Amino acid sequence: MTATTFIDGLSLGAIYALIALGYTMVYGIAKMLNFAHGDIIMVGAYTVYSTLLWMGKPILAVIFAIAVCVILGVVIEKVAYKPLRGASPLAVLITAIGVSYLLQAIAQLAFGAKAVPVGLPRFPVLHIGDKLVVNVSTLITLGVGSVLMIALTLFIKKSKIGRAMIAVSEDRKAAQLMGVNVNRIISLTFAIGSALAAVASIFYLMQIPNTSPTLGSMPGIKAFTAAVIGGIGSIPGAMIGGVLLGVVEKICLSIPALNPYTTAIEFAILIVILMVRPTGILGKKIREKV
Amino acid sequence: MALLEVQNLEVNYGLIKAIKGISFEVNQGEIVSLIGANGAGKTTTLHAISNILPKSGGKVFFDGEDITDKKAHELVYMGIAHVPEGRRIFSELTVYENIQLGFFSRKDKREYEQSLQMVYEYFPVLQERQNQIAGTLSGGEQQMLAMSRALMSKPKLLLMDEPSMGLSPLYVNTIFEIVQKVNRESGTTVLLVEQNAKKALSISSRAYVLEIGNISLTGTGSELLNNKSVIEAYLGGE
Ligand SMILES: Nc1ncnc2c1ncn2[C@@H]1O[C@H](COP(=O)(O)OP(=O)(O)OP(=O)(O)O)[C@@H](O)[C@H]1O
Ligand SMILES: [Mg+2]
Repeated sequence: MTATTFIDGLSLGAIYALIALGYTMVYGIAKMLNFAHGDIIMVGAYTVYSTLLWMGKPILAVIFAIAVCVILGVVIEKVAYKPLRGASPLAVLITAIGVSYLLQAIAQLAFGAKAVPVGLPRFPVLHIGDKLVVNVSTLITLGVGSVLMIALTLFIKKSKIGRAMIAVSEDRKAAQLMGVNVNRIISLTFAIGSALAAVASIFYLMQIPNTSPTLGSMPGIKAFTAAVIGGIGSIPGAMIGGVLLGVVEKICLSIPALNPYTTAIEFAILIVILMVRPTGILGKKIREKV
Repeated sequence: MALLEVQNLEVNYGLIKAIKGISFEVNQGEIVSLIGANGAGKTTTLHAISNILPKSGGKVFFDGEDITDKKAHELVYMGIAHVPEGRRIFSELTVYENIQLGFFSRKDKREYEQSLQMVYEYFPVLQERQNQIAGTLSGGEQQMLAMSRALMSKPKLLLMDEPSMGLSPLYVNTIFEIVQKVNRESGTTVLLVEQNAKKALSISSRAYVLEIGNISLTGTGSELLNNKSVIEAYLGGE
Protein backbone atom coordinates (compact mmCIF):
# COMPACT_ATOMS: atom_id res chain seq x y z
CA MET A 1 0.00 0.00 0.00
CA THR A 2 1.39 3.36 -1.00
CA ALA A 3 0.85 6.63 0.82
CA THR A 4 -1.20 7.80 -2.14
CA THR A 5 -3.57 4.87 -1.81
CA PHE A 6 -3.91 5.53 1.88
CA ILE A 7 -4.73 9.22 1.44
CA ASP A 8 -7.20 8.40 -1.33
CA GLY A 9 -8.76 5.87 1.03
CA LEU A 10 -9.06 8.36 3.87
CA SER A 11 -10.69 10.81 1.53
CA LEU A 12 -13.21 8.30 0.22
CA GLY A 13 -13.73 7.28 3.83
CA ALA A 14 -14.56 10.88 4.70
CA ILE A 15 -17.28 10.83 2.01
CA TYR A 16 -18.74 7.59 3.38
CA ALA A 17 -18.52 8.92 6.90
CA LEU A 18 -20.40 12.12 6.03
CA ILE A 19 -23.21 10.07 4.51
CA ALA A 20 -23.12 7.49 7.30
CA LEU A 21 -23.65 10.27 9.85
CA GLY A 22 -27.06 10.94 8.33
CA TYR A 23 -28.10 7.30 8.67
CA THR A 24 -26.79 6.99 12.19
CA MET A 25 -28.18 10.25 13.55
CA VAL A 26 -31.62 9.63 12.13
CA TYR A 27 -31.52 6.13 13.52
CA GLY A 28 -30.44 7.31 16.95
CA ILE A 29 -32.90 10.16 17.24
CA ALA A 30 -35.91 9.30 15.07
CA LYS A 31 -35.46 5.51 15.57
CA MET A 32 -35.83 4.70 11.89
CA LEU A 33 -33.72 3.57 8.95
CA ASN A 34 -34.00 6.26 6.31
CA PHE A 35 -33.39 4.30 3.16
CA ALA A 36 -34.01 7.37 1.04
CA HIS A 37 -30.91 9.00 2.49
CA GLY A 38 -28.66 7.80 -0.35
CA ASP A 39 -30.93 9.44 -2.90
CA ILE A 40 -30.36 12.80 -1.26
CA ILE A 41 -26.84 12.52 -2.70
CA MET A 42 -28.32 12.09 -6.16
CA VAL A 43 -30.58 15.12 -5.68
CA GLY A 44 -27.54 17.10 -4.58
CA ALA A 45 -25.69 16.00 -7.70
CA TYR A 46 -28.51 17.04 -10.05
CA THR A 47 -28.76 20.36 -8.23
CA VAL A 48 -25.08 20.92 -8.93
CA TYR A 49 -25.63 19.87 -12.55
CA SER A 50 -28.59 22.23 -13.05
CA THR A 51 -26.94 25.18 -11.36
CA LEU A 52 -23.79 24.81 -13.43
CA LEU A 53 -25.88 24.48 -16.58
CA TRP A 54 -27.86 27.67 -15.93
CA MET A 55 -25.44 29.85 -14.04
CA GLY A 56 -22.04 28.24 -14.38
CA LYS A 57 -20.92 29.22 -10.87
CA PRO A 58 -19.51 26.30 -8.84
CA ILE A 59 -19.86 28.15 -5.55
CA LEU A 60 -23.57 28.75 -6.19
CA ALA A 61 -23.89 25.08 -7.12
CA VAL A 62 -22.48 24.10 -3.74
CA ILE A 63 -24.81 26.46 -1.85
CA PHE A 64 -27.89 25.41 -3.81
CA ALA A 65 -27.09 21.72 -3.42
CA ILE A 66 -26.91 22.09 0.36
CA ALA A 67 -30.08 24.21 0.50
CA VAL A 68 -32.11 21.90 -1.74
CA CYS A 69 -31.00 18.77 0.15
CA VAL A 70 -31.76 20.30 3.55
CA ILE A 71 -35.23 21.41 2.48
CA LEU A 72 -35.91 18.07 0.81
CA GLY A 73 -34.74 16.08 3.85
CA VAL A 74 -36.93 18.08 6.22
CA VAL A 75 -39.95 17.94 3.91
CA ILE A 76 -39.62 14.18 3.41
CA GLU A 77 -39.58 13.70 7.17
CA LYS A 78 -42.64 15.90 7.67
CA VAL A 79 -44.68 14.45 4.83
CA ALA A 80 -43.69 10.79 4.75
CA TYR A 81 -42.29 9.79 8.15
CA LYS A 82 -43.91 12.03 10.76
CA PRO A 83 -47.43 10.66 10.16
CA LEU A 84 -45.97 7.22 10.93
CA ARG A 85 -44.54 8.08 14.33
CA GLY A 86 -45.43 5.17 16.53
CA ALA A 87 -46.30 2.92 13.59
CA SER A 88 -44.54 -0.42 13.18
CA PRO A 89 -40.89 -0.16 12.10
CA LEU A 90 -41.70 -2.23 9.05
CA ALA A 91 -44.26 0.31 7.81
CA VAL A 92 -41.69 3.09 8.23
CA LEU A 93 -39.00 1.08 6.46
CA ILE A 94 -41.25 0.35 3.48
CA THR A 95 -42.24 4.01 3.30
CA ALA A 96 -38.57 4.99 3.21
CA ILE A 97 -37.91 2.55 0.38
CA GLY A 98 -40.94 4.04 -1.40
CA VAL A 99 -39.54 7.55 -0.99
CA SER A 100 -36.24 6.34 -2.41
CA TYR A 101 -37.90 5.00 -5.56
CA LEU A 102 -40.02 8.11 -5.84
CA LEU A 103 -36.95 10.37 -5.84
CA GLN A 104 -35.24 8.19 -8.46
CA ALA A 105 -38.35 8.19 -10.65
CA ILE A 106 -38.68 11.97 -10.44
CA ALA A 107 -35.03 12.39 -11.37
CA GLN A 108 -35.49 10.08 -14.31
CA LEU A 109 -38.51 12.05 -15.54
CA ALA A 110 -36.71 15.35 -15.15
CA PHE A 111 -33.25 14.46 -16.40
CA GLY A 112 -33.57 11.15 -18.23
CA ALA A 113 -32.16 7.77 -17.30
CA LYS A 114 -28.74 8.25 -18.87
CA ALA A 115 -25.77 9.52 -16.92
CA VAL A 116 -24.90 13.15 -17.60
CA PRO A 117 -21.58 14.89 -17.01
CA VAL A 118 -21.97 17.38 -14.18
CA GLY A 119 -19.15 19.68 -15.19
CA LEU A 120 -17.50 20.57 -11.92
CA PRO A 121 -14.07 22.11 -12.55
CA ARG A 122 -11.15 19.67 -12.55
CA PHE A 123 -8.61 20.00 -9.80
CA PRO A 124 -4.84 19.85 -10.32
CA VAL A 125 -2.74 16.89 -9.25
CA LEU A 126 0.05 17.50 -6.78
CA HIS A 127 3.33 15.61 -6.75
CA ILE A 128 4.80 15.66 -3.27
CA GLY A 129 8.30 14.17 -3.23
CA ASP A 130 8.61 11.39 -5.79
CA LYS A 131 6.21 8.92 -4.12
CA LEU A 132 3.08 10.87 -3.24
CA VAL A 133 0.63 11.85 -5.96
CA VAL A 134 -2.61 13.42 -4.76
CA ASN A 135 -5.39 15.30 -6.40
CA VAL A 136 -6.22 18.61 -4.73
CA SER A 137 -9.86 17.50 -4.56
CA THR A 138 -8.77 14.60 -2.35
CA LEU A 139 -7.15 17.00 0.09
CA ILE A 140 -10.19 19.30 0.06
CA THR A 141 -12.45 16.34 0.80
CA LEU A 142 -10.23 15.21 3.64
CA GLY A 143 -9.84 18.69 5.12
CA VAL A 144 -13.43 19.88 4.85
CA GLY A 145 -14.75 16.47 5.86
CA SER A 146 -12.63 16.43 9.02
CA VAL A 147 -13.61 19.96 9.97
CA LEU A 148 -17.30 19.16 9.52
CA MET A 149 -17.04 16.03 11.62
CA ILE A 150 -15.20 17.81 14.42
CA ALA A 151 -17.73 20.63 14.32
CA LEU A 152 -20.63 18.18 14.49
CA THR A 153 -19.07 16.35 17.41
CA LEU A 154 -18.54 19.60 19.32
CA PHE A 155 -22.07 20.76 18.52
CA ILE A 156 -23.61 17.55 19.85
CA LYS A 157 -21.40 17.41 22.93
CA LYS A 158 -21.31 21.06 23.93
CA SER A 159 -24.39 22.90 22.74
CA LYS A 160 -27.75 23.00 24.45
CA ILE A 161 -29.50 21.70 21.34
CA GLY A 162 -26.89 18.97 20.92
CA ARG A 163 -27.55 17.76 24.46
CA ALA A 164 -31.26 17.79 23.71
CA MET A 165 -30.52 15.55 20.73
CA ILE A 166 -28.71 13.08 22.98
CA ALA A 167 -31.61 13.25 25.42
CA VAL A 168 -34.18 12.54 22.69
CA SER A 169 -32.13 9.62 21.42
CA GLU A 170 -31.92 8.10 24.89
CA ASP A 171 -35.50 8.70 26.10
CA ARG A 172 -37.88 10.67 23.95
CA LYS A 173 -40.56 11.09 26.61
CA ALA A 174 -38.16 12.11 29.33
CA ALA A 175 -36.73 14.68 26.91
CA GLN A 176 -40.21 16.08 26.37
CA LEU A 177 -40.57 16.40 30.11
CA MET A 178 -37.53 18.71 30.03
CA GLY A 179 -39.36 20.96 27.56
CA VAL A 180 -37.63 19.62 24.45
CA ASN A 181 -39.74 19.84 21.31
CA VAL A 182 -39.07 16.41 19.85
CA ASN A 183 -40.51 17.22 16.43
CA ARG A 184 -38.13 20.11 16.09
CA ILE A 185 -35.14 17.99 17.13
CA ILE A 186 -36.09 15.36 14.57
CA SER A 187 -36.42 18.01 11.83
CA LEU A 188 -33.03 19.37 12.78
CA THR A 189 -31.54 15.89 12.61
CA PHE A 190 -32.84 15.41 9.09
CA ALA A 191 -31.55 18.86 8.15
CA ILE A 192 -28.05 18.13 9.43
CA GLY A 193 -27.97 14.67 7.86
CA SER A 194 -29.10 16.04 4.50
CA ALA A 195 -26.62 18.92 4.59
CA LEU A 196 -23.79 16.46 5.21
CA ALA A 197 -25.09 14.27 2.36
CA ALA A 198 -25.10 17.30 0.05
CA VAL A 199 -21.49 18.06 0.91
CA ALA A 200 -20.65 14.40 0.39
CA SER A 201 -22.34 14.48 -3.01
CA ILE A 202 -20.11 17.34 -4.09
CA PHE A 203 -16.99 15.48 -2.96
CA TYR A 204 -18.29 12.38 -4.70
CA LEU A 205 -18.73 14.32 -7.94
CA MET A 206 -15.13 15.46 -7.71
CA GLN A 207 -14.20 11.78 -8.07
CA ILE A 208 -16.95 10.50 -10.36
CA PRO A 209 -17.91 13.34 -12.66
CA ASN A 210 -21.27 11.99 -13.90
CA THR A 211 -24.66 11.73 -12.29
CA SER A 212 -27.62 9.47 -12.98
CA PRO A 213 -30.90 8.79 -11.15
CA THR A 214 -29.30 5.89 -9.30
CA LEU A 215 -26.13 7.74 -8.36
CA GLY A 216 -26.99 7.61 -4.66
CA SER A 217 -27.50 3.86 -4.43
CA MET A 218 -23.90 2.71 -4.20
CA PRO A 219 -22.47 5.36 -1.86
CA GLY A 220 -25.73 5.12 0.09
CA ILE A 221 -25.44 1.39 0.67
CA LYS A 222 -21.71 1.66 1.41
CA ALA A 223 -22.31 4.43 3.92
CA PHE A 224 -25.13 2.46 5.51
CA THR A 225 -22.73 -0.48 5.79
CA ALA A 226 -20.20 1.87 7.39
CA ALA A 227 -22.80 3.06 9.89
CA VAL A 228 -23.66 -0.52 10.83
CA ILE A 229 -19.98 -1.51 11.09
CA GLY A 230 -19.35 1.45 13.41
CA GLY A 231 -22.48 0.72 15.41
CA ILE A 232 -25.67 2.30 14.14
CA GLY A 233 -26.74 5.19 16.34
CA SER A 234 -23.17 6.05 17.26
CA ILE A 235 -21.70 9.21 15.75
CA PRO A 236 -18.01 8.34 16.23
CA GLY A 237 -18.94 4.85 15.05
CA ALA A 238 -20.17 6.22 11.72
CA MET A 239 -16.91 8.11 11.30
CA ILE A 240 -14.76 5.09 12.09
CA GLY A 241 -16.88 2.80 9.91
CA GLY A 242 -16.76 5.25 7.00
CA VAL A 243 -13.01 5.72 7.11
CA LEU A 244 -12.40 1.99 7.53
CA LEU A 245 -14.52 1.18 4.50
CA GLY A 246 -12.97 3.93 2.37
CA VAL A 247 -9.43 2.80 3.11
CA VAL A 248 -10.25 -0.86 2.53
CA GLU A 249 -11.92 0.00 -0.76
CA LYS A 250 -8.97 1.96 -2.11
CA ILE A 251 -6.46 -0.67 -0.99
CA CYS A 252 -8.44 -3.46 -2.63
CA LEU A 253 -8.80 -1.44 -5.82
CA SER A 254 -5.05 -0.86 -5.94
CA ILE A 255 -4.17 -4.55 -5.72
CA PRO A 256 -4.90 -6.25 -9.08
CA ALA A 257 -5.71 -9.63 -7.50
CA LEU A 258 -8.28 -8.12 -5.15
CA ASN A 259 -9.64 -5.43 -7.42
CA PRO A 260 -12.61 -7.38 -8.85
CA TYR A 261 -13.70 -8.45 -5.36
CA THR A 262 -13.60 -5.02 -3.73
CA THR A 263 -17.30 -4.67 -2.94
CA ALA A 264 -17.55 -8.29 -1.85
CA ILE A 265 -14.66 -7.76 0.56
CA GLU A 266 -16.34 -4.68 2.03
CA PHE A 267 -19.54 -6.55 2.76
CA ALA A 268 -17.55 -9.52 4.07
CA ILE A 269 -16.00 -7.14 6.61
CA LEU A 270 -19.50 -6.11 7.64
CA ILE A 271 -20.49 -9.73 8.17
CA VAL A 272 -17.35 -10.59 10.13
CA ILE A 273 -17.70 -7.56 12.39
CA LEU A 274 -21.36 -8.27 13.04
CA MET A 275 -20.49 -11.87 13.93
CA VAL A 276 -17.89 -10.74 16.44
CA ARG A 277 -19.83 -7.72 17.68
CA PRO A 278 -23.51 -7.78 16.71
CA THR A 279 -23.91 -4.13 17.69
CA GLY A 280 -21.00 -2.90 15.56
CA ILE A 281 -17.73 -1.44 16.77
CA LEU A 282 -19.13 1.28 19.04
CA GLY A 283 -22.78 0.27 19.15
CA LYS A 284 -24.58 -0.07 22.43
CA LYS A 285 -26.82 -2.87 23.49
CA ILE A 286 -30.30 -2.18 22.29
CA ARG A 287 -32.55 -1.44 25.20
CA GLU A 288 -36.27 -1.43 24.83
CA LYS A 289 -38.05 1.44 26.53
CA VAL A 290 -41.74 1.71 27.24
CA MET B 1 -59.08 28.42 42.43
CA ALA B 2 -57.38 25.10 41.95
CA LEU B 3 -53.93 25.16 40.37
CA LEU B 4 -54.55 21.79 38.73
CA GLU B 5 -58.00 20.56 37.97
CA VAL B 6 -58.65 17.17 36.43
CA GLN B 7 -62.19 16.57 35.17
CA ASN B 8 -63.53 13.14 34.22
CA LEU B 9 -60.15 11.94 32.96
CA GLU B 10 -60.29 8.73 30.98
CA VAL B 11 -57.35 6.81 29.57
CA ASN B 12 -57.51 3.62 27.56
CA TYR B 13 -54.76 1.27 26.49
CA GLY B 14 -56.36 -0.22 23.43
CA LEU B 15 -59.54 -1.80 24.72
CA ILE B 16 -58.47 -1.71 28.35
CA LYS B 17 -59.88 1.18 30.35
CA ALA B 18 -57.09 2.09 32.73
CA ILE B 19 -58.59 5.36 34.03
CA LYS B 20 -62.36 5.47 34.12
CA GLY B 21 -63.32 9.10 34.45
CA ILE B 22 -61.61 10.49 37.54
CA SER B 23 -61.84 14.05 38.83
CA PHE B 24 -59.63 15.71 41.38
CA GLU B 25 -57.90 18.96 42.07
CA VAL B 26 -54.73 20.30 43.58
CA ASN B 27 -54.80 23.77 45.11
CA GLN B 28 -52.04 26.32 45.10
CA GLY B 29 -49.43 25.49 47.75
CA GLU B 30 -50.75 22.04 48.63
CA ILE B 31 -49.03 18.70 48.72
CA VAL B 32 -51.63 16.24 47.48
CA SER B 33 -50.99 12.56 47.20
CA LEU B 34 -52.53 9.97 45.00
CA ILE B 35 -52.16 6.55 46.57
CA GLY B 36 -53.14 3.15 45.32
CA ALA B 37 -51.97 -0.39 44.76
CA ASN B 38 -49.91 -1.68 41.82
CA GLY B 39 -51.77 -1.21 38.58
CA ALA B 40 -54.34 1.21 40.03
CA GLY B 41 -53.49 3.75 37.34
CA LYS B 42 -51.36 6.29 39.19
CA THR B 43 -48.60 6.50 36.61
CA THR B 44 -51.15 6.51 33.81
CA THR B 45 -52.84 9.51 35.41
CA LEU B 46 -49.62 11.50 35.63
CA HIS B 47 -48.60 10.60 32.10
CA ALA B 48 -51.98 11.74 30.82
CA ILE B 49 -51.72 15.05 32.68
CA SER B 50 -48.26 15.62 31.19
CA ASN B 51 -49.54 14.62 27.78
CA ILE B 52 -46.87 12.04 27.11
CA LEU B 53 -49.83 9.67 26.89
CA PRO B 54 -53.02 10.50 24.98
CA LYS B 55 -56.25 10.93 26.93
CA SER B 56 -59.42 9.17 25.89
CA GLY B 57 -61.67 11.68 27.57
CA GLY B 58 -61.94 14.46 30.11
CA LYS B 59 -60.26 17.79 30.59
CA VAL B 60 -57.31 19.17 32.53
CA PHE B 61 -56.94 22.78 33.63
CA PHE B 62 -53.78 24.38 34.93
CA ASP B 63 -53.81 27.83 36.44
CA GLY B 64 -57.26 28.34 34.91
CA GLU B 65 -56.08 27.42 31.42
CA ASP B 66 -57.29 24.40 29.50
CA ILE B 67 -54.18 22.26 28.96
CA THR B 68 -55.98 19.13 27.80
CA ASP B 69 -54.42 19.24 24.33
CA LYS B 70 -51.20 21.12 24.97
CA LYS B 71 -47.98 19.50 23.79
CA ALA B 72 -45.96 17.79 26.50
CA HIS B 73 -42.99 20.12 26.07
CA GLU B 74 -45.20 23.23 26.24
CA LEU B 75 -46.40 22.25 29.70
CA VAL B 76 -42.86 22.57 31.01
CA TYR B 77 -42.77 26.19 29.86
CA MET B 78 -46.10 26.77 31.63
CA GLY B 79 -44.67 25.54 34.92
CA ILE B 80 -45.35 21.82 35.23
CA ALA B 81 -42.42 19.53 36.01
CA HIS B 82 -42.74 15.76 36.12
CA VAL B 83 -40.36 13.42 37.91
CA PRO B 84 -41.27 10.21 36.13
CA GLU B 85 -41.57 6.73 37.54
CA GLY B 86 -38.24 4.92 37.35
CA ARG B 87 -36.41 8.30 37.34
CA ARG B 88 -35.51 8.16 33.63
CA ILE B 89 -32.39 10.25 33.96
CA PHE B 90 -30.21 10.50 30.86
CA SER B 91 -27.75 7.80 31.76
CA GLU B 92 -25.15 8.61 29.09
CA LEU B 93 -24.81 12.23 30.16
CA THR B 94 -23.06 13.48 33.26
CA VAL B 95 -24.88 14.55 36.40
CA TYR B 96 -24.19 18.16 35.53
CA GLU B 97 -25.47 17.78 31.97
CA ASN B 98 -28.68 16.22 33.27
CA ILE B 99 -29.18 19.16 35.57
CA GLN B 100 -28.51 21.53 32.68
CA LEU B 101 -31.18 19.82 30.62
CA GLY B 102 -33.58 20.50 33.45
CA PHE B 103 -33.06 24.20 32.70
CA PHE B 104 -33.89 23.69 29.01
CA SER B 105 -37.12 25.67 29.22
CA ARG B 106 -35.44 28.72 30.77
CA LYS B 107 -32.90 31.23 29.50
CA ASP B 108 -31.49 33.62 32.12
CA LYS B 109 -27.88 32.86 33.04
CA ARG B 110 -28.15 34.39 36.54
CA GLU B 111 -31.26 32.41 37.33
CA TYR B 112 -29.41 29.34 36.15
CA GLU B 113 -26.70 29.86 38.75
CA GLN B 114 -29.33 30.42 41.45
CA SER B 115 -31.26 27.28 40.59
CA LEU B 116 -28.06 25.29 40.40
CA GLN B 117 -27.01 26.50 43.85
CA MET B 118 -30.44 25.61 45.17
CA VAL B 119 -30.40 22.01 43.98
CA TYR B 120 -26.80 21.55 45.11
CA GLU B 121 -27.85 22.77 48.56
CA TYR B 122 -30.72 20.30 48.61
CA PHE B 123 -28.53 17.47 47.37
CA PRO B 124 -24.83 18.15 48.11
CA VAL B 125 -23.91 14.68 46.85
CA LEU B 126 -24.83 15.75 43.32
CA GLN B 127 -22.31 18.56 43.42
CA GLU B 128 -19.61 16.13 44.52
CA ARG B 129 -20.57 13.86 41.66
CA GLN B 130 -21.34 16.45 39.02
CA ASN B 131 -18.92 15.02 36.45
CA GLN B 132 -19.93 11.42 36.98
CA ILE B 133 -21.88 9.64 34.23
CA ALA B 134 -25.44 9.65 35.53
CA GLY B 135 -26.04 6.01 34.72
CA THR B 136 -23.43 5.04 37.29
CA LEU B 137 -25.18 6.78 40.20
CA SER B 138 -26.89 4.70 42.86
CA GLY B 139 -30.66 4.44 42.74
CA GLY B 140 -31.11 6.99 45.48
CA GLU B 141 -28.71 9.42 43.86
CA GLN B 142 -30.53 8.99 40.57
CA GLN B 143 -33.79 9.88 42.28
CA MET B 144 -32.17 13.01 43.65
CA LEU B 145 -30.91 13.84 40.18
CA ALA B 146 -34.34 13.31 38.65
CA MET B 147 -35.82 15.63 41.24
CA SER B 148 -33.09 18.25 40.76
CA ARG B 149 -33.59 18.13 37.03
CA ALA B 150 -37.29 18.84 37.53
CA LEU B 151 -36.64 21.66 40.01
CA MET B 152 -34.31 23.39 37.54
CA SER B 153 -37.37 24.35 35.49
CA LYS B 154 -38.69 26.31 38.51
CA PRO B 155 -42.06 24.60 38.40
CA LYS B 156 -45.30 25.88 39.88
CA LEU B 157 -46.49 22.29 40.01
CA LEU B 158 -44.29 19.28 40.64
CA LEU B 159 -45.63 15.86 39.65
CA MET B 160 -43.72 13.08 41.40
CA ASP B 161 -44.19 9.42 40.59
CA GLU B 162 -43.11 7.07 43.37
CA PRO B 163 -39.93 8.82 44.44
CA SER B 164 -39.46 6.24 47.19
CA MET B 165 -39.52 3.22 44.90
CA GLY B 166 -36.61 0.91 45.57
CA LEU B 167 -34.88 3.25 48.01
CA SER B 168 -33.57 2.57 51.48
CA PRO B 169 -35.40 4.33 54.35
CA LEU B 170 -32.58 6.84 54.69
CA TYR B 171 -32.90 8.01 51.09
CA VAL B 172 -36.70 7.98 51.34
CA ASN B 173 -36.51 10.34 54.28
CA THR B 174 -34.14 12.67 52.45
CA ILE B 175 -36.37 12.81 49.39
CA PHE B 176 -39.53 13.43 51.41
CA GLU B 177 -37.85 16.12 53.48
CA ILE B 178 -36.77 17.92 50.33
CA VAL B 179 -40.29 17.64 48.87
CA GLN B 180 -41.61 19.39 51.97
CA LYS B 181 -38.83 21.94 51.90
CA VAL B 182 -39.42 22.81 48.24
CA ASN B 183 -43.10 23.13 48.99
CA ARG B 184 -42.46 25.39 51.96
CA GLU B 185 -39.61 27.52 50.64
CA SER B 186 -40.53 27.95 46.96
CA GLY B 187 -44.29 27.58 47.34
CA THR B 188 -44.19 24.76 44.79
CA THR B 189 -47.41 22.77 44.63
CA VAL B 190 -46.87 19.01 44.64
CA LEU B 191 -48.90 16.10 43.33
CA LEU B 192 -47.28 13.02 44.78
CA VAL B 193 -47.97 9.50 43.61
CA GLU B 194 -46.93 6.86 46.11
CA GLN B 195 -47.32 3.28 47.17
CA ASN B 196 -45.55 4.17 50.39
CA ALA B 197 -48.89 5.46 51.65
CA LYS B 198 -47.94 6.09 55.24
CA LYS B 199 -45.03 8.34 54.35
CA ALA B 200 -46.98 10.14 51.64
CA LEU B 201 -50.07 10.75 53.76
CA SER B 202 -47.97 12.09 56.62
CA ILE B 203 -46.69 14.99 54.52
CA SER B 204 -49.85 15.59 52.47
CA SER B 205 -52.52 18.19 53.05
CA ARG B 206 -55.00 16.06 51.13
CA ALA B 207 -55.01 12.73 49.35
CA TYR B 208 -56.99 10.62 46.93
CA VAL B 209 -57.13 6.86 46.87
CA LEU B 210 -57.11 5.36 43.39
CA GLU B 211 -58.52 1.89 42.92
CA ILE B 212 -58.42 0.23 39.47
CA GLY B 213 -59.09 3.40 37.55
CA ASN B 214 -61.52 5.08 39.97
CA ILE B 215 -61.11 7.38 42.95
CA SER B 216 -62.57 5.50 45.87
CA LEU B 217 -61.79 7.78 48.76
CA THR B 218 -60.56 11.27 49.50
CA GLY B 219 -59.75 13.29 52.59
CA THR B 220 -57.00 15.13 54.42
CA GLY B 221 -53.73 13.33 55.02
CA SER B 222 -54.48 12.65 58.65
CA GLU B 223 -58.07 11.55 57.98
CA LEU B 224 -56.86 8.91 55.58
CA LEU B 225 -54.03 7.87 57.88
CA ASN B 226 -56.71 6.99 60.44
CA ASN B 227 -59.25 5.58 58.00
CA LYS B 228 -59.97 1.94 58.67
CA SER B 229 -60.10 0.76 55.06
CA VAL B 230 -56.96 2.70 54.17
CA ILE B 231 -55.15 1.16 57.12
CA GLU B 232 -56.23 -2.28 56.05
CA ALA B 233 -55.47 -1.90 52.37
CA TYR B 234 -52.42 0.34 52.27
CA LEU B 235 -50.86 0.68 55.69
CA GLY B 236 -50.30 -2.99 56.35
CA GLY B 237 -53.23 -3.68 58.68
CA GLU B 238 -51.79 -2.68 62.08
N1 LIG C 1 -48.49 0.63 27.89
C1 LIG C 1 -49.49 -0.07 28.44
N2 LIG C 1 -50.24 -0.89 27.69
C2 LIG C 1 -51.28 -1.58 28.23
N3 LIG C 1 -51.65 -1.51 29.51
C3 LIG C 1 -50.94 -0.71 30.30
C4 LIG C 1 -49.83 0.06 29.82
N4 LIG C 1 -49.32 0.77 30.85
C5 LIG C 1 -50.07 0.46 31.91
N5 LIG C 1 -51.04 -0.42 31.61
C6 LIG C 1 -52.06 -0.97 32.51
O1 LIG C 1 -52.79 0.09 33.07
C7 LIG C 1 -53.04 -0.13 34.44
C8 LIG C 1 -52.50 1.04 35.26
O2 LIG C 1 -51.09 1.06 35.18
P1 LIG C 1 -50.21 2.15 35.90
O3 LIG C 1 -48.81 1.97 35.47
O4 LIG C 1 -50.82 3.47 35.70
O5 LIG C 1 -50.36 1.72 37.42
P2 LIG C 1 -49.70 2.32 38.72
O6 LIG C 1 -50.79 2.70 39.63
O7 LIG C 1 -48.73 3.37 38.38
O8 LIG C 1 -48.94 1.05 39.29
P3 LIG C 1 -47.54 0.92 40.05
O9 LIG C 1 -47.77 1.30 41.46
O10 LIG C 1 -47.20 -0.53 39.94
O11 LIG C 1 -46.57 1.81 39.37
C9 LIG C 1 -52.38 -1.45 34.78
O12 LIG C 1 -53.38 -2.43 34.76
C10 LIG C 1 -51.40 -1.68 33.68
O13 LIG C 1 -51.23 -3.03 33.41
MG1 LIG D 1 -46.74 3.55 38.55
